[in-house]
Amino acid sequence: MKLPLYEVFVRSKRGLDHRHVGSLHAEDGGQALKLARDCYTRRGEGVSIWVVRSGDIVASQEEDAASFFDPSDDKPYRHATFYRLPPEVKNL
Amino acid sequence: MTEYRLSDGELEAAFQQRVDEERKIEPKDWMPEAYRKNLIRQISQHAHSEVIGMQPEGNWITRAPTLKRKMILLAKVQDEAGHGLYLYGAAETLGVTREEMIQALHEGRAKYASIFNYPTLTWADVGVIGWLVDSAAIVNQISLQRTSYGPYSRAMIRICKEESFHQRQGFEMLMPLASGSPEQKAMAQDAMDRWWWPTLMMFGPHDSDSMHSAKSMQWKIKRRSNDELRQDFVDQTVPQAEYLDLAIPDPDLKWNEERGHYDFGEIDWDEFWAVVSGDGLCNRERLDRHGEAHREGEWVREAMRAYEEKRQST
Repeated sequence: MKLPLYEVFVRSKRGLDHRHVGSLHAEDGGQALKLARDCYTRRGEGVSIWVVRSGDIVASQEEDAASFFDPSDDKPYRHATFYRLPPEVKNL
Repeated sequence: MTEYRLSDGELEAAFQQRVDEERKIEPKDWMPEAYRKNLIRQISQHAHSEVIGMQPEGNWITRAPTLKRKMILLAKVQDEAGHGLYLYGAAETLGVTREEMIQALHEGRAKYASIFNYPTLTWADVGVIGWLVDSAAIVNQISLQRTSYGPYSRAMIRICKEESFHQRQGFEMLMPLASGSPEQKAMAQDAMDRWWWPTLMMFGPHDSDSMHSAKSMQWKIKRRSNDELRQDFVDQTVPQAEYLDLAIPDPDLKWNEERGHYDFGEIDWDEFWAVVSGDGLCNRERLDRHGEAHREGEWVREAMRAYEEKRQST
């Protein structure tokens, strides 16, 4: 039997992002949530869990990374370090 | 299937360069077929070990001497199931299914750690497993946190964090036994005598005799050799045994000032290979029990299938 695969994201405390912690197989979202609780938060690792079917994630392709991300490669002026300011100018 | 514009040779060179630069390999990256196979073998074997390892300790849950110890043991055995799941998950990213891995275990094509083919005869065995067996596992797993395959490395990091409790509860449980009545002390010593050598065997054959080692080191699947890890374990464990006042059953064990390490005696490799190839004390029992539990769970899987079918049809 093939149960669908879910990816599990845990927020370790309020104010922090949910972070990917792993995956598991489950029948549906509700079951995935309970299994994720038992598997990934046995020691108070989280205050909130997201589960999402792995098949629903749209991902960029690693082998296309070069061309996919290159539009930002030639824009160094987006970085603060691009701008040379006199050393006597403070707080900038 | 992804189509690649580079030749296999170029891809392999790029792969090895990434490994050499300590950049992790992730599931969708190109990897040599032998790397994938080697990882599936090692990770699934590791996962099976976690799950089969629940049996020798689970054996004592109903007979734990106090409620506190029973709850600790339950939590530990539950952790082992969780660790198995992290590892099956990591192996599945390589394109093998859970069902295929379980089937390989049942058909004897996949192995698990031989240590779990020894029986847990007394309550002291539970303490010694936590202390010695889990310590040995941790020594190995700490080095595997730096393994080159991303999902395996992340699973190891999570497991190491949890495993430390296993080791400590074992030692803490042995303290009152080792300093208790003569009968209790003898029970602890007896467990030590039976588990010491099988624990040393957990690190596998000598580096010179290890089939998978050279390639695994080049690909950084393994980061340290069997003999190095075994030496680390002995060095850290001897003082702990001295604290408990338990004798280590090895007449050749002594501190070597020159090397800065403990020397120790030769493992009985005939016993090692006999257990690995299926003739340990509990090999058949462990596999039978796993198969039985799998079959006993069939009605649950069937009910889940029926529920899902019903849900989709309404």
